[in-house]
Parts: sequence; C-alpha cells; structure tokens
Amino acid sequence: MVAIDLTVEIAGLKLKNPVITASGTFGFGQEYAPYVDLNRLGAITVKGLTLLPHPGNPPPRLVETPAGILNAIGLQNPGVDYFAAIILPYLSQFNVPVIVNMAGETVEEYAALAAKLSKLNNIAALEVNISCPNVKKGGLQFGSDPAAAAEVTRAVKNNTCLPVIVKLSPNVTRIETVAQVVAQAGADALSLINTVLGIAIDLKKRRPILGNIFGGLSGPAIKPIALRAVWQVFKEVSLPIIGMGGIFTAQDALEFIMAGAKAVAVGTANFINPRATIDILEGIENYLRENKIERLSDLVGTAHCK
Amino acid sequence: MASYNTVNITRQEEIAPGFYLLSFKPPFLVRQSQPGQFVYFRCGNTYDPLLPRPFSIAMVNEEKNEAAILYQVVGRGTALLAQKKELNCLNILGPLGRGFTLPPLGRPFQPKRGPKGLEQLESFPQSPLRIAVVAGGVGIAPLFFLLQRLKDLPNLIIEVLIGARNTKQLLLKPEIKNLSPQIKLRLATDDGSYGYHGPVTEMLSTLLSANKVDQVYACGPEAMLKTVARLLAKYNLPGEVSLEKQMGCGVGACLSCVCKTKGDKENSFRYSRVCKEGPVFPVHEVVWED
Repeated sequence: MVAIDLTVEIAGLKLKNPVITASGTFGFGQEYAPYVDLNRLGAITVKGLTLLPHPGNPPPRLVETPAGILNAIGLQNPGVDYFAAIILPYLSQFNVPVIVNMAGETVEEYAALAAKLSKLNNIAALEVNISCPNVKKGGLQFGSDPAAAAEVTRAVKNNTCLPVIVKLSPNVTRIETVAQVVAQAGADALSLINTVLGIAIDLKKRRPILGNIFGGLSGPAIKPIALRAVWQVFKEVSLPIIGMGGIFTAQDALEFIMAGAKAVAVGTANFINPRATIDILEGIENYLRENKIERLSDLVGTAHCK
Repeated sequence: MASYNTVNITRQEEIAPGFYLLSFKPPFLVRQSQPGQFVYFRCGNTYDPLLPRPFSIAMVNEEKNEAAILYQVVGRGTALLAQKKELNCLNILGPLGRGFTLPPLGRPFQPKRGPKGLEQLESFPQSPLRIAVVAGGVGIAPLFFLLQRLKDLPNLIIEVLIGARNTKQLLLKPEIKNLSPQIKLRLATDDGSYGYHGPVTEMLSTLLSANKVDQVYACGPEAMLKTVARLLAKYNLPGEVSLEKQMGCGVGACLSCVCKTKGDKENSFRYSRVCKEGPVFPVHEVVWED
C-alpha cells in the first residue's frame, strides 16, 4: 500500500494532516477527549479567548434552523490567564498543534492579547477572530470594514512572532477585498469563513429567539457560501487558506481542498458526531488512496484548473 | 474511546395522546447510570433537523439492561421519533450530564437569624427523611427513574406530586403505584379533571407549611421550578431540579445550553452548562430569571 502524504504546511506551521477543529465548537479539547484521540487531529483551534474572562450572552444562545444552527454564545471564556495556567498545560500533553482563536473589542485589546499569548509555550499559531463588534466604532464588526480588519491584523502581527491566521467574516460585500487588505497588513494565512449572520423569531412570543437577537449560522446550510468564499479568495490572494463552513463529510472537505483550501476545519459537525474530525480524516485518506493521489497538497485548488 | 452506539428500540408505546414511552437496549450499564442523566441522539438521519436531542432516562430495567425515555411530541424531531418502531435503530451518546444526588441532600443555606431556620438546622436530617418528588407534565421522566432508586433506600417517606394540564396527561400513574405501596401519590390538574384543581406547587406549598417535607426533587416547566425554588427558599429546605435547554454538542463544549447560576460573590452569577454541570442543579444555586 502506498503511503499517502497528508501533511500540510500553513505559514511555516507543519500539520500532520489537514483536519482542524473549528473554534468554538470543540471547547478547549477536554470535552471531546473521551470521544476523539486528540493526537490524530491536524490541529486544535480552541474556543475564542479574550484578555479578561467573559460571561457570554444571555440565553437562549442557540436555535436550530433548516440544516443549520444559529448561535450567539458571545465569547464566553475564562480569559487568557486561566487559559495559560490550566488549559494550555492540559493541551500540551497531546501531540497536537494548538491554534488560539483570539477576540477583542478594541485594537488595543487584540494587541495586548497577542503579546500575552506570544509569551506562552506550546501555541502553534494565532487565529484572529475579526467578527467581534468594535466598541470604539459603535459596535460595527472589525471584519466588515476592510480598514479596521487591516488595523487589527497589524496590531496582532506587531505583537507576536507566531503565525497569524485571520478568520474572515462572510458578512461583507466582497470577501476578496478584505482578504487582500488583511494580506497586505501581514496576515500569514486565512480562515474562511466565520458564521453567516442570521435571526430567528419565536411565533408565540413574537420576539427574536436568541438573547442576542442575531446569531451566526453554521452547518450544512452555509457550505456553498463558504466554498464560494474559498474559491474567490484563492483566485485573488496567495495566502494559505483554512476552509470551513458546514463541513460534515470527507466529500465536503475535499470540495474545499479542491476549491483552494490547504486545510479544513470541522465545526458544527462535531455536535452531531463527536468523531466527525476522525471520520473526515479517514475519508480524505481513502479518497486519495482510491484515486492514487500520493500527496494531499497535489489536490489543493485543482478545481480551478481549466 | 466513547462514541455514539447504535442500539435497537425494543418497544415504543403512546401512553397518552402525544406522549411516548420508548424502550431500548442502551450501550451502557443502566445500573451505573444516575437518575437525571440523559441520552443524546438524533431523531432523523438527514441534515434537517440537524441536532441530536437530549432525553432524560425515565425508566430502567436492571435485569434486562433496558432503559426507556418518556417524551412529548413538541416539534419535528420528536414527531420523527414517534414514527420509529420496534427494531428501528437509534445512535445514542450517553449517559451524559450530572444526575440527582441521592438523599440526604446537604443544607442549602447558612442558618437564618430567625428561630425557624436554626430550629430546622438542629432537627435535620429527620429520620425518616421526608422527600417530595414534584413533577410537572412530562417532567416526571427523570423523576420516575429517581423513584426507582429511592424506593430501595431505607428510612425515607416519599410523596410524589404530579401536576398536568388534564387527567390524560398525568403520566406513569400506575407505574408509580406499582413501584412501592409506601409511595404516596398526589395529583393535580390545571383543568380540574382529576385530583387537585390547580398548580402542583400549591400542593407542595401546603405540605411545606405543614412541615411535612425535608427535601425536594423537581422537574417540569421553568415557571413551576421557579415556584418550587421560591418555596424551598422560604422554608430553607434543600432540593434539586432538573433543567432543560436547547443543546448543541451535549458534552460541554459549545456553551449553548447555559443557565444562570450563583457566582462566587454575593449577587454575582455565572453561566453553567445544563449538559455538563447539570441537567440537575441544587435548587438554591440556580438564578431564576423573571
């Protein structure tokens, strides 16, 4: 049997395979450790961290929609100090790169968090969540304004030596434009996409269901949108892409890879099947073997070939 | 590694209009599961509806190693589940969550300055211990499993209080009577079609004011649990409640199913995961929303 090369390199970060967990859907790894051998994952992207502990949004925080879920967790997390003291040592016992998803409400907060995280050992990369409201600019999301997205990217880059992955929001007119300015600002890689903004209404109460009114849509419902974003950004920006958004099966993952993603992240699928990451990984390997493709990297972006 | 396990449905019965009792051979030893814990599984096998649903274990048969859930058809997931037949499969994760603590429950509060609090502290725990199990509608589900465990414990006086919309929705009446002749059953309906005409919490209030209860286990609609909590605070008695929230992952990762619980400082709160820290919480730890 031919050995299949599943390794991936993203901004100097070497992964043993392309399957990563999507931030916010895998906690800090602990909750899924009974179900998944964490050592088998390409990387773990942990739940979004903020400088200080964050209580999160008032419930209800989740509502099921057709082939998807809308969530408004609101970045509930124990803060970077707790992460450094308790969670990172736990994750360090596994042989898996840890990508830290980071969030903030001001540019200064992102900068301070990046500086703090960069002093810690055993962090492989930072993933910058720019879908947070910018409190200084009246709550507009950093990610919806190319200039603000670039500013956050620069602030993080100036405060870390770690690879910086910027996670882009699909809730923009041209995601390629945001990708370009973020690339110019120094991003090393891109995560595509964050959730799609949505809302659901309770007919009995005649009010929005979610405590936060709006939520982020994820799951199979958004896969074509995410795939389109990967396709468009791959065409215009040369940065490595981690593709995500409704990936439930190896077939989904392979579509993202063919559209231009070097790696993929699995999110909502974990809720339906805690072993989804491993099943997807094995499915990718089987596909490569059946089609006599020795290196996964040979498949990246192939759907663009004429 | 733990995972979903495919199991067969051994029986499904509509025990009241819209209410089903579904038995299955669980992938775990029912002897080792706690009342209040839940199983998590999808009711269909397509992307819509997407998420698994949590169901409290309602009943176990240790000899056959069978478990049952009791559910009401409330949406598309449960409607799909109701169509399943004997020998159909379920993919089950569980048992999950933290279940009920068997008695005696610890005292919830610092003794009050008033004579009543101190007096109760000194006389607690009573022997025998007087337990009220309070259910609203399909909330009897985890409590029935609890009763299966409680009935074998020594020195307990157990009163079961069930409230429902109408007589048809008073679930598991004969099963509870069969559990033990020692269990006293008190029933209430909203429409007065059976038993006490009014909320089940009014019956509880009467028992509490007559000093006939030492601790309480409850499950039901949030408004009912809130009233139970208020009554227990008034009488300074311990209790546990089983909560229900929309879940995402079921294993504590996604932080979707949170409820407010008391924080470290006075008047502070934190969000606790119903799937992990719960679904059963000490009643005095929950911060009830208005």
